[in-house]
Amino acid sequence: MTDGPASRTWLYRHTAATRLSHWITVLCLLVLVPSGLQIFNAHPTLYWGERSDAEHAVLALRAVTTDDDELRGVTEVWGHRVDTTGLLGASNEDGERVARGFPAWATLPGSQWLAMGRRWHLFFAWVFVLNAFVFGLYAILSRHLTRDLLPVGRDLAGLGASLRDHLRFRFPSGEPRYNVLQKMAYVSVVVVLGPLVVLTGLAMSPWADAALPLLPALFGGRQSARTVHFALTFALIGFTVTHVFMVAVTGIAGNLRSMITGWARVHHHGGRDG
Amino acid sequence: MAEPGPLDRRRFVLRGLALAASPLLAGCDRLSETRWIARLLQAGEGLTHRVQRTLTRRRALAREFPESARSAVFPGNGTTDPGTEAYQALAAAGFADWRLEVRGLVERPARLSLAELRRLPARTQVTRHDCVEGWSAIAKWTGVRLGTLLDAAGVRPEARYVVIRCADTMEGSGELYYESLDLEDAYHEQTILAYEMNDQALPVAQGAPLRLRVERQLGYKMAKYVTAVEVVAGFGHIARGRGGYWEDRGYEWYAGI
Repeated sequence: MTDGPASRTWLYRHTAATRLSHWITVLCLLVLVPSGLQIFNAHPTLYWGERSDAEHAVLALRAVTTDDDELRGVTEVWGHRVDTTGLLGASNEDGERVARGFPAWATLPGSQWLAMGRRWHLFFAWVFVLNAFVFGLYAILSRHLTRDLLPVGRDLAGLGASLRDHLRFRFPSGEPRYNVLQKMAYVSVVVVLGPLVVLTGLAMSPWADAALPLLPALFGGRQSARTVHFALTFALIGFTVTHVFMVAVTGIAGNLRSMITGWARVHHHGGRDG
Repeated sequence: MAEPGPLDRRRFVLRGLALAASPLLAGCDRLSETRWIARLLQAGEGLTHRVQRTLTRRRALAREFPESARSAVFPGNGTTDPGTEAYQALAAAGFADWRLEVRGLVERPARLSLAELRRLPARTQVTRHDCVEGWSAIAKWTGVRLGTLLDAAGVRPEARYVVIRCADTMEGSGELYYESLDLEDAYHEQTILAYEMNDQALPVAQGAPLRLRVERQLGYKMAKYVTAVEVVAGFGHIARGRGGYWEDRGYEWYAGI
């Protein structure tokens, strides 16, 4: 039972395991995304298949020198070229225009330093994986997954209404349970995006490939796995931006408090343990 | 002064954000230069190495592809021509005077010519080369298994690593390229010293006359312009002591990921 503060409108919303794993994930993403972009910058082109044939690039961030001897950044997507000087392909580093896929402010380390980017990435990949493993085990054993995260029939029946409300910016607040859109978002990150980002990462490891030859084939080849890994990163960034936006508009103080202390104020009492 | 236009305001906000972010970013860069953090992060390499080796079969083979899967263009990365007078003289003579030295902790040191290497049992494999930068290319390689040479030379019991010595210096550093493998990788079925690529004598850009192939690791392990195979108990005394040219510059010794 939840015997917290005296008020009956307080609900113990997030267990210590959930909170700890949440903040470890935040730290991991803060390191993994920019160090991943640092690694990407060593060869800022994506392909489909096993090989990286220049003529089959899906996405390329290039630097080109104009007739006026100016370095400009060009982004090529399926052969379509867009000038992205300053952001992609070529941007300023210490006040000087240099050729680089993503700009210095988006990479870890800031300057071109592949060896260090790999160290950050491959260390925090372990933190991410171990944390996800422990959280996954906890979520299954404590039934957090089945009770709080997986949408059930009743949730799905209310999907349309929930979607309508969200689009009108009428957000449920102070409810003891996650609404259906929250559940779907969280489950897709925990069950789909998270595992896929790890698998596509591993599919790029030549050693893992020797042990599990089907792994890169699953994604259409090593270069495809690299492309999917990259796309998943932006899916995760998209989720995070939406998540932070929702946290902000539905009462940032209360939301942060509940993810730090575990306690949330609710309109009507009745803990989830009933 | 005129009222700031929307563009100025936008620029002002962006500049403010950049200003707020810059100490944060500088802080991140300082972290990378902090020795204990770099050391801590390096622990990831040891963990990856141990876990990958524990969970996989020692003899697991890297995937071999049909010849049709080969890359039309195979990038020549790192050194594409050692350019020294000695190398040019060897190349001009078709490497007839070139010798591979097998030395170190072996019972029978040897000096082998290219013709002698070609007379030994050969292995051919069509494999994918994965560069640490992120690109991949597929080619057909033919050569002699490193294990064959080690067995012929008789590895002494105290041996732990095989160091591959090369003829090229990188980026004008003046330091000769080298690499090292543990015995598990050295004896792996697909670890070969290749003298042919795509049925042709190994081109200069790919390390003529002989390059290493270690198919379960990244490209920088696959030393080109090989001059000697040196069996050692440890590599701490070589160059900067980290087991390879790129390892000495911060890259992982275990390049399986």
